[in-house]
Amino acid sequence: MAALAFAAAPPAIAADTPNPAADAKAFQKYFTGKFPKLKLEDFVNGPYSLNEDMHKQWEEKEQFPPYEFSLDMGKEMFGKPFKNGKSYADCFPNQGIGIRQNYPTFDEKEGKVVTLELALNRCREANGEPPFSYVKDEMAALTAYMAFTSRGKPFDIKIPNDPRALAAYQNGKRYFYTRRGQLNFSCASCHVQNPGERIRAEILAPALGILNAMPIYRSEWGGMGTVSRRFTTCNIQTRGVPLEPQADEYRDLEYYLSYVSNGLPISGPGARP
Amino acid sequence: MASTIRVRATASGETTEVQALIQHPMDSGFVKDAKGEIIPPHFIQQLTFEYDGKNVFVADWGTAVSKDPYVKFSFKGGKKGDDLKISWVDNKGATDTTTAKIV
Amino acid sequence: MNITHKGLGATRRVIVQGAASIALAGLGSIPFGLAPAFAAADDKYPEDAFKQKSEADAIKSLYGKTAEPSDKVKLDAPEIAENGAVVPISVATTLADVTSISLLVAENPNALAASYQIPPGTMPSVANRLKMAKTSNVTAIVEAGGKLYSATKEVKVTVGGCGG
Repeated sequence: MAALAFAAAPPAIAADTPNPAADAKAFQKYFTGKFPKLKLEDFVNGPYSLNEDMHKQWEEKEQFPPYEFSLDMGKEMFGKPFKNGKSYADCFPNQGIGIRQNYPTFDEKEGKVVTLELALNRCREANGEPPFSYVKDEMAALTAYMAFTSRGKPFDIKIPNDPRALAAYQNGKRYFYTRRGQLNFSCASCHVQNPGERIRAEILAPALGILNAMPIYRSEWGGMGTVSRRFTTCNIQTRGVPLEPQADEYRDLEYYLSYVSNGLPISGPGARP
Repeated sequence: MASTIRVRATASGETTEVQALIQHPMDSGFVKDAKGEIIPPHFIQQLTFEYDGKNVFVADWGTAVSKDPYVKFSFKGGKKGDDLKISWVDNKGATDTTTAKIV
Repeated sequence: MNITHKGLGATRRVIVQGAASIALAGLGSIPFGLAPAFAAADDKYPEDAFKQKSEADAIKSLYGKTAEPSDKVKLDAPEIAENGAVVPISVATTLADVTSISLLVAENPNALAASYQIPPGTMPSVANRLKMAKTSNVTAIVEAGGKLYSATKEVKVTVGGCGG
């Protein structure tokens, strides 16, 4: 991987030559260095791994988690055929079971990143069904079930040897580190510079592993939310302009964030404050 | 459609531990909706656990119990394979009931 | 789903008093006939107690006595609630002959949050999840041998639990 760039080339490598593998390594090293007592897989539990009092509350909730109902609904929905007789299983490898850790993927035909949520709605539309809202309810239930079938499997996001894939990855990375909105925060301002610290009343999650628990039941929402919901509400909370769910930047952002968490286990569906 | 009541009843030695999670909005009557109107109170008032024809636990709840309420308790007795009956009634008079097996 | 809707006239109707209770007007009481399983405890829903604002009034309505603090009542609650809407709280006790365990949140609009009837043979402990409007003392009341014992803990709430 990283060896390719160095093999026979002279040491003067352009500073911005994309190197996702090196990024991921550095990303993980940064966080494990910052929290030496944590095991790599602990990062998927977000703020709960960084605060003892919160961890206890989370453990109690996990005994009988609030996302149970959504998960049950998702399983039921996933198994129910469309009006044309086909089902979600026909749209995904391995019947859609145990594959969540491979998403987002880069679709080389389309030349764009495809997230799990996007793939689900495309499956519906391809089979004559109306798409679901991306942020909660049915979409959350379906992704909850699919995440559940992948619990424990490590994120395995691939960036094919295609300049467009690399560009999408870079685009996501750039979005992550760019400041925006009235509060002039980037995603990194909170989730890289201040994990474990409080922003007003909330404890910030580390960016490493931040998507592994998706979709999540947030006490704040009193219900489930998807990756789309979290990206849009985060933009709103930082007084930035939220994009439409599954906008290119969000897809690329999810691609970047998932890739740098490669190797960490899927823990979804999850619960959060 | 599935019941609103999810139960896990586990017999261990002489006691049975029961955990229940119930799908219910538990609206307190203090929250306004997007239009600024109060969402009326809608909450489970009484939740009953019955084993072998007798109540083993009764929960009297007000509006301060969390949405999708949870409760855990234990009682002496209960064997694997026995039935545990759970019922609730809310302030609107709606009810739900389910029977779970102790495992 | 096994949900049935009973009309308001079907059962005992409790007359609601007090201007503050208008939102709860017309509440039906227990519609399904619960055969009293144990003579000692009254399993009627304590409607009046839930309407009280203060802890003292709620305890008076529920039990008709006052409680003394006891270190035999163990109240487990977080230091800082992750979110006031879902605060995991549990109570356990080594006291004997426990018939009831109740939880009150002093700063909530109505102090009484939950009350649990403990028939003979049931362990005197309960875990539940409560809403807290703001930072408040949480009090557990245990009725044992006909007397009341209590334990109190302050739980800080930064993100309010009533939709704020």
